Amino acid sequence: MATTAEGFDIHHDHGHDAHDHADHKPGFFARWFMSTNHKDIGTMYLIFAIIAGIVGGAISGIMRVELAEPGIQYLQWWAQFMGGANDVNTALHMWNVFITAHGLIMVFFMVMPAMIGGFGNWFVPLMIGAPDMAFPRMNNVSFWLTVAGFFSLLFSLFVPGGTGPGAGTGWTVYAPLSTTGSVGPAVDFAIFSLHLSGAGSILGATNFITTIFNMRAPGMTLHKMPLFVWSVLVTAFLLLLALPVLAAAITMLLTDRNFGTTFFTPAGGGDPVLYQHLFWFFGHPEVYIMILPGFGMISQIIATFSKKPVFGYLGMAYAMVAIGVVGFIVWAHHMYTVGLDVNTKMYFTAATMVIAVPTGVKIFSWIATMWGGSLSFKSPMVWSMGFIFLFTVGGVTGVVLANGGIDDNLHDTYYVVAHFHYVLSMGAVFSMFAGFYYWFPKMSGRMHSELLSHIHFWTFFVGVNVIFFPQHFLGMQGMPRRYPDYNVAYQFWHEVSTFGYYIMAGSMVFFFVNILYALVAGKKAEANPWGEGATTLEWTLPSPPPYHQFETLPVITDAHDYHDHRPVTA
Amino acid sequence: MAGKANHDYHILEPDIWPLVGSISALTFTSGLVLRLYPDVFGASAGIVMWAGLAGLIATFFMWFKNIVVEAERGDHTPVVQLHMRYGMILFIASEVMFFVGWFWSFFDFALFPTALEFDPATGATTSLFGTEGAIATFIPEGMEVLDPFALPLLNTLILLCSGTTVTWAHHALIHGDRDGLKQGLWATIALGVLFSCIQAYEYAAAPFGFGGNTYSSAFYMATGFHGFHVLVGTIFLAVCLFRAYKGHFTPRQHFGFEAAAWYWHFVDVVWLFLFVAVYVWGGWGAEFH
Repeated sequence: MATTAEGFDIHHDHGHDAHDHADHKPGFFARWFMSTNHKDIGTMYLIFAIIAGIVGGAISGIMRVELAEPGIQYLQWWAQFMGGANDVNTALHMWNVFITAHGLIMVFFMVMPAMIGGFGNWFVPLMIGAPDMAFPRMNNVSFWLTVAGFFSLLFSLFVPGGTGPGAGTGWTVYAPLSTTGSVGPAVDFAIFSLHLSGAGSILGATNFITTIFNMRAPGMTLHKMPLFVWSVLVTAFLLLLALPVLAAAITMLLTDRNFGTTFFTPAGGGDPVLYQHLFWFFGHPEVYIMILPGFGMISQIIATFSKKPVFGYLGMAYAMVAIGVVGFIVWAHHMYTVGLDVNTKMYFTAATMVIAVPTGVKIFSWIATMWGGSLSFKSPMVWSMGFIFLFTVGGVTGVVLANGGIDDNLHDTYYVVAHFHYVLSMGAVFSMFAGFYYWFPKMSGRMHSELLSHIHFWTFFVGVNVIFFPQHFLGMQGMPRRYPDYNVAYQFWHEVSTFGYYIMAGSMVFFFVNILYALVAGKKAEANPWGEGATTLEWTLPSPPPYHQFETLPVITDAHDYHDHRPVTA
Repeated sequence: MAGKANHDYHILEPDIWPLVGSISALTFTSGLVLRLYPDVFGASAGIVMWAGLAGLIATFFMWFKNIVVEAERGDHTPVVQLHMRYGMILFIASEVMFFVGWFWSFFDFALFPTALEFDPATGATTSLFGTEGAIATFIPEGMEVLDPFALPLLNTLILLCSGTTVTWAHHALIHGDRDGLKQGLWATIALGVLFSCIQAYEYAAAPFGFGGNTYSSAFYMATGFHGFHVLVGTIFLAVCLFRAYKGHFTPRQHFGFEAAAWYWHFVDVVWLFLFVAVYVWGGWGAEFH
């Protein structure tokens, strides 16, 4: 929601001396390794997420190349490269290692750090008119624990994991594959990777909730808070309540593996399905953790480039709350084929489809925001519109998969892979690129190239659709997920899918060139490069903002008027 | 650093401990894995774990010391104290969800049991799955459990009692009675230590070992994590006692004490659930040791 700070003028309030103070930065080591500054920590999170994204994206490239034709092409080479034996079982184990590493890296070390750690850290304090986060030191430990978790996952790649080096359990770490099925330290390193980054995320969630509840500028009530801040608030609650259950579940894995407990071992009365319940009680809120901040960013961007306040602000905010709440009671739709009784499947089918209602509220409200607006198709806007198209496709296949009966057929097929990549690789990732192009001028003080951004958008749009749309067909034909080899009947769509990967990978060149161009030769960005539609508080600050902003808190007056929308610039 | 800040928020100087703490945490968890696999990493590699643990303890010590120093310096304005209240409540909420995981597995095993047989002589459990006439019971056939109305009931009374002594300390603090504060804290800490000692004795004397079957797994992990939280809470209260002797805390501002008290009540409530669910209900109808 657009909130305005009438009469707030940063230069006037600060004077020259104070501005120098506010912009005084510590030395290199203190600034980047001992940081207590939300913008620097946000920058580190974004850089970390980009590095992790390159690693995770490269792994998906290895997988797509392998899948381009039937048979095992390159996995034995990778097995030897990683120090494993030159036999087919080790080669197949490498496949499991790749899918595991790709999933864990993209979820825990790319999407979450970028959305919550990166954009959340940068823009939650700016949008609510706060000088920093509530707990600046804890903010830093959240970041470094995420890095520590990434290292623990990297360690796992180089130690024995059963049939070969690395943890080959899938990102879900299901027992018994992750217990008796994977002898060796790799899975323990992977489990501790989740403990470490999970602890960082819980601390971060505590920090965001406290910041949003206590540090809003005078006059900014909850119902005047920008939707991105709402989205981070809901996300933080999901993290706070879901991650500890994962911590308990993976601790049970650890003790089952090493200390003789039988939580998931039937010989001692244990139950592998219990692990799935515990995992998905975390795992389903986790998928909303990955998309809700994206919803928030899209709402800001659509409103900005339609030059209209977002349609149905309160409905948009409470739709996210509803998605967050209902997201906790639908977890078993990931487990339809474990032998749930039919009544349980009916409940989880119904509850899951209920989520389509608040999600629909959001989709239609974004469209209604554009309706009658004065649209300008700047780079953040085209990425946002791409998001709406593609997230809707993923949402529709989600409604299909929500049906317990249909899922009996489609469970663990490429249809599921296509579905969750439409909501993640296209939903979450498109919203991240939208947010990146929206806020890059604010963060760096430089304008990126609109031309390169648009080329990046169109090539990426084509690339990911060519990768993932055919995977619906593969899934409908019965191609199971997590297999490196397949019947020749599936070859055509796999070839197409791999071709799409090349387009997507090539498209990323434009992204990196664009960043380099902007940093080297980009035009200096004004405080508000997006014009009158950009009304949230971060646009009242210079680009980049001073090291400590809002040393005099902005006062939010109730100037907001749907019919007389006044721009705010410093 | 904060220049001419016209607000009451707490803008902090750069600090090394978040980095040291994270590296220590990674060293600790990695060192634990090295210890678990001496055949892969060598018999002495596990020593790394102690370095990580030392780093973690140093981090906790320095971090909380810095918070205390800042509090005594007057950095904790009313709004910063409010932050800490929110932070502590949210932390406890996440801890509650951690215990939800352990209770979830406990109730799963208790409500959907499988047929198991326990051999008291060897301590081994065997599955009776598929055996003619075998009856599924949560407590394996032949296994004795702890009598809930012996030492566990005593421990329940000890913890409830410690809940009142910490409230005594709190009221004494609010009314400026420093001696009462110290006495109440001493009593609470003594009761906490007594609880831990009795719990250690129970573990040592229990008729079943760690793991092997679901009851034992759920019992030891749930009560064990509770016991760990009792230790943390006892340390937290001991720090408060130390600070009380140093003259910290005023009747108006003493959030460090309040956080310790909240945490202690949380630990107390978890125990009540453990006592009712695991000891009383979970052991219902079984042979007592």
